[in-house]
Amino acid sequence: MSIVQLPQPSAALVECRGLTMKFGGVVALNKLDLDIRHGEVLGLLGPNGSGKTTFFNVLTGIYRASAGSLQHMGHDLRGMTPQQINRAGITRTFQRSRLCLELSVFDNIAMGEHHRLNNGVWFNLFRRARLERQVEEAFEQARELARTFNPSLAGRMLHAAGSVSMIDRRRVEICRALISRPKLLLLDEPSAGMTHEETRELMADILLVRERIQGLTVVIIEHEMNVIERITDRCIVLNYGQRLCEGTYREIAANPDVQEAYLGQSHEQAA
Amino acid sequence: MAKNLRTDLAASIAGIVLIAAFVIFALHAESETTLLVLLAIGAAGLAGATRSGLAERVERGMRAHPIVTRWVSLAACAAVVLVFRGDHFVLLLVATVLLYCVVCLGLNLQIGYCGVMNFAGAAFFGVGAYTAAVLANHTSLPHLLVLPAGGVAAATIGSLLLLPVLRTRGHYAALVTIAFGILFRSFLEVNDTLGGPQGLKVPGMTILGWDLSEGLTVFGTSFSFYANYVALAFALMLAAFVLTRRINRSWMGLSMDAVRIDETAAATFGIHIVRWKITAFIIGNLFAGTAGALFALMTGFVAPANFTFGDSLVMLSVIVLGGIGNLWGVLPAAAIVLLLPEKLQAIQEYRFLLYAGAVILILLFRPQGMFPRRLRTFNLAGRDLP
Repeated sequence: MSIVQLPQPSAALVECRGLTMKFGGVVALNKLDLDIRHGEVLGLLGPNGSGKTTFFNVLTGIYRASAGSLQHMGHDLRGMTPQQINRAGITRTFQRSRLCLELSVFDNIAMGEHHRLNNGVWFNLFRRARLERQVEEAFEQARELARTFNPSLAGRMLHAAGSVSMIDRRRVEICRALISRPKLLLLDEPSAGMTHEETRELMADILLVRERIQGLTVVIIEHEMNVIERITDRCIVLNYGQRLCEGTYREIAANPDVQEAYLGQSHEQAA
Repeated sequence: MAKNLRTDLAASIAGIVLIAAFVIFALHAESETTLLVLLAIGAAGLAGATRSGLAERVERGMRAHPIVTRWVSLAACAAVVLVFRGDHFVLLLVATVLLYCVVCLGLNLQIGYCGVMNFAGAAFFGVGAYTAAVLANHTSLPHLLVLPAGGVAAATIGSLLLLPVLRTRGHYAALVTIAFGILFRSFLEVNDTLGGPQGLKVPGMTILGWDLSEGLTVFGTSFSFYANYVALAFALMLAAFVLTRRINRSWMGLSMDAVRIDETAAATFGIHIVRWKITAFIIGNLFAGTAGALFALMTGFVAPANFTFGDSLVMLSVIVLGGIGNLWGVLPAAAIVLLLPEKLQAIQEYRFLLYAGAVILILLFRPQGMFPRRLRTFNLAGRDLP
């Protein structure tokens, strides 16, 4: 599979130049240059602590970058709040699940749709008939989305999110991110804590997302290399907060620098 | 099926009648032994009903027949007032319990839904009371408007206090409310215009020429004037209850829950943390202030000693006991916390000790309280079949 056969990725959706994120003396991102192209599935790789999740956190406005620029369709994301970035169509899942386990599955998914729901005080308190219609619409949509992943999850919409299986929780997280029809979806290690069987199912889910939603751009952080191999168009490897190399999975897998970053010097001994 | 539904309804009605009878007997009990025996019977009955599944049937019946339940409950409440129609003391207690419920519903909104700690419930109650005292003494504002004015005063002071610290993370908001609660009392005690430690007298309430401080005679039976205030406090509690319940069953409730549980995730999905915290704080304090204003007009007297930090903690123990975030738990919890020390003179002196002990025990062994909060199902219950 070479990149030439894929739908032509046009200009960059997100363009990041010299992005630096410091926590005291620790440099998590060090003058990072990176493009996310329209419509691609980009794999973000690198050893632990190489800055992948930090990049997501800067991109979604949880952290404010120390320096550099982060352009999204002509806007600088650096000056924006997480709420504004969400409205711009960027959503994510978290490495350690951040579902509200004591709320229902439906509540969790509906949360992802926050800015399309009417949150006016007057509307919510005194326009109950219209509110109920909106609730029903949102419920149907959420249930449809859940059903595409797992029909039995669609039957547990009003159960506590904490009562469904680990893989279903991950699916709820993905539904929560997708319900608002984002332009860019960030998946932070979706297979973390999953068994092999569950990882395979989840991979099928992600391929399904890609197939169903045309034009969605996905960035995925993942350690499971067969996941990366199957679903990404392009990969970028980070190391010490910098871009180590980029290319298709095969290219980066064959790159000696990558092997060194992951395995230390062992490739020399192996060679 | 239909028969089952009918027996459920019968169980619900019987349940409401039994609870009303229990309340009447408990309020009637003169000796402490009688009361203790009654309490033991009540606790055993409740445990038995839960064990045998009867409680569940009662609840099912109430869910299936909301309108019948509503009217029967209303009739039961009216019966309690009717039985004690001439008893000033009992009616004053009942009205106080109802007003505490209003405050605690507001605290539930702030703490239970949105996670904004408020250790100054009694102070905001006091702001409403003093506002009512000043307005009723020095202006000719109609008393029906004095009530919301008390609420608005409490809400305004509350948001002025909290807005600066809401952007910060951690427990600063809680500290600010503690400081305010203590400062409020000291301020009242040294302020001579507001009566100092002696407090202020407040004229009784009049609504459109009807003087609530006069007893009412209906069909030859005379009612204590406190019955008027019980009715008003009940209406206020009902309004607060309906509003809080509507908030819970709406996008507002969902947003507030999201803010409480995980601010980072909430922000990532576009929820404005500060907006919801301040909304919850304003509405909750509106409840507290309005209840305080009615309390002032009812008792005819406000003094700093009524609005101490200790009283704020009593309010908190009500929501912990009832179940944080559960609206139905507020009324029984407030009744237990307020009535028990009044009835059992022996424990009056040790009440704070007992509250503290009860709160510790609950948090250790049943952190969800007497009545755990339910999942929000909007009006969709049963609609999630595949």
